Amino acid sequence: MTRAVTLALPLTAVAAALLAVATAAWAETPEEAGLRIAKEADAYDAGFGDSVADGTMILRNKAGKESVREFEARTLEMADDGDKSINLFKEPRDVKGTAVLTFTHRSGDDDQWLYLPALKRTKRISSSNKSGSYMGSEFSYEDLGSPEVEKYTYKYLKDEPCPGGDGLTCFVMERYPTDKGSGYTRQIVWQEKETYRAYKVDYYDRKDAFLKTLTFEDYKKYLDKHWRPGKMLMVNHQTGKSTVMTWANYQFQSGLREADFNANRLKSLR
Amino acid sequence: MAIVAQKRAVAAEREGRRAGLAPAARSLSWALPWSLLLALGLLATDAVAQEGDGDSITELSGWAALEVRAFPSAPQNAGQENQRVQPSVAVRPEIRHEWNGGDDRLTLIPFARWDATDGKRSHVDLREANWQHLADNWDLTVGLGKVFWGVTESRHLVDIINQTDEVEDPDGEDKLGQPMINLNLHRDIGSFAFYVLPGFRERIYPGRAGRLRYVFPVDTDATRFESGAKDRHVDLAARWAHSIGDWDIGLSHFHGTSREPRLTPGLDSGGRLILIPTYDIIDQTGLTVQMTTGPWLWKFEGMSRWGHQTDHHFLAAVPGVEYTLYDLFESGKDLGLLLEYQYDGRNNAAPRTAANDDIFVGTRLAFNNTDSTEILLGASVDRHHGAFGIGLEAETRLTDVWTIELEARMTSNVPQTDVLFATRKDDFVQLRLFRYF
Repeated sequence: MTRAVTLALPLTAVAAALLAVATAAWAETPEEAGLRIAKEADAYDAGFGDSVADGTMILRNKAGKESVREFEARTLEMADDGDKSINLFKEPRDVKGTAVLTFTHRSGDDDQWLYLPALKRTKRISSSNKSGSYMGSEFSYEDLGSPEVEKYTYKYLKDEPCPGGDGLTCFVMERYPTDKGSGYTRQIVWQEKETYRAYKVDYYDRKDAFLKTLTFEDYKKYLDKHWRPGKMLMVNHQTGKSTVMTWANYQFQSGLREADFNANRLKSLR
Repeated sequence: MAIVAQKRAVAAEREGRRAGLAPAARSLSWALPWSLLLALGLLATDAVAQEGDGDSITELSGWAALEVRAFPSAPQNAGQENQRVQPSVAVRPEIRHEWNGGDDRLTLIPFARWDATDGKRSHVDLREANWQHLADNWDLTVGLGKVFWGVTESRHLVDIINQTDEVEDPDGEDKLGQPMINLNLHRDIGSFAFYVLPGFRERIYPGRAGRLRYVFPVDTDATRFESGAKDRHVDLAARWAHSIGDWDIGLSHFHGTSREPRLTPGLDSGGRLILIPTYDIIDQTGLTVQMTTGPWLWKFEGMSRWGHQTDHHFLAAVPGVEYTLYDLFESGKDLGLLLEYQYDGRNNAAPRTAANDDIFVGTRLAFNNTDSTEILLGASVDRHHGAFGIGLEAETRLTDVWTIELEARMTSNVPQTDVLFATRKDDFVQLRLFRYF
């Protein structure tokens, strides 16, 4: 008897707990669902270690005049914080050798250094200009920063076919930047349900007016699970300008170390 | 010993003069072995590369520039050419060769300017000619190189490794290549840089015909050194630099030939009044600190120097702040506001400076456009006698390979006691057109 009671008590507790979990799942709010998906996406891409890739941007103004930017992007995945990255510029030639080192943080401002080769000067710069244009393009710094879960709050909207996504299904989510320096009130993201690849992002400016659309193409899979786009097209609906960013020569786990991401070594990047 | 060395140096100087070399070229003559070595190295590694070393790269880039300087006022000092518009051309190629997967590099950056008015402004230099080896936690540079230390904008107080190329631009940001053996150790507690600097580059000054000079021209044929080794004195320097959270800190020490000479009046062989540069052996400890928080950059540079005329000691500092207004009036442009105070405690035993008790205010407008248009406007005011100087720099890209740069400088209210008195009629507007290749 006493035995039965002692057994029954934990059993009821377990049942209650299970019931609670089930109800919670059932009653998951759109906000909770959004956060869950963002966390899943983050976990899905974890473990890439480091990557190196060559980026090319073609900037196009309203009249169709084009201008080319080339750079090399190096990224190091950090376990307990945002990624560390170095962007080394190659074109246009007057900025050749210029480099930006960024320590992304999950919350608060990132740490950022700019290296100016003509003066051999490494300058710690303010990173609070999240909305600033990256090299005169339609991409801003925050569009290209490492996608940390903590940078937004989320709201799941619906499932629908991925835009241009070959019959795949996407989560559609709205997300709201947590940083006051952000240039956006909200973004709507289409993310593929199995691999969490982004297919499209709509950006709304500080006045909540429709500002830009980013679409992703030519996805390739690296190291069996890390999907990276070969092409990203950003269109600014307010100015008529656009930027095509293409990525080539992706290399993963190329042996980059934390010591390579050092402000005092920007003058001799290798 | 010192006398023998001095005689030898005098003889060498005479030889140089006979060969008709400009002072800059003469001070470079001993640098020739470096560049020869480098050229040989380039050839040798190229030979290796041709044998099928897949990861070696040779690259040529750089720029050429056309320049026009316009002086609205007639010159005030005897001997200066009254040419109001002064054209000039310059070229700065960069040859880089990498092998060993980029772990070994040779860099060659020659520079040449031809100036239509001032023969002394026509000059050649090797800005860099070095071999660099990169390892996991250290790197080594041997040859002519350039190093910058500093955080403030209006004055580079701590920066001392390279000599200033005074004829290039009065802003003092152009430097001559410095021979060095530089070892950098990168550790968790910061980066440690060690420098052995075998040989000294004399500062080069505008000639008698040139603008932006002192009342009398500086005669680099009359140069004096405190050290018996003259320009062969081996200088030493070290620096520790580290980033801790929002703080970037650098602590440095230099022992050797002062990059700034004392200037004393004298007569040249023709009996004309000149200024004689004298280079003392000094010790300088420098500190740079920057604290970066949100749009604020808090900056400090300070130095303690002793040794001018043997025992003069003084302190100098530049505290300052930079604040940036991002996306000004939702235009996408950024406006940076700068405020710096320049303190310098030196007396007449040390080389003179205009920045002894001055306030600098500046603005930097970055358009963040495709052409990277930027305008920098700054003004310095002497707190003591109210003399002030204004500088404007604006630059923009014209195409992917052409850029244009406008620079203007003016001074006003300069009393006779200030260093800038000699250049008070030398306000100028300068246009530079760059072609990158």
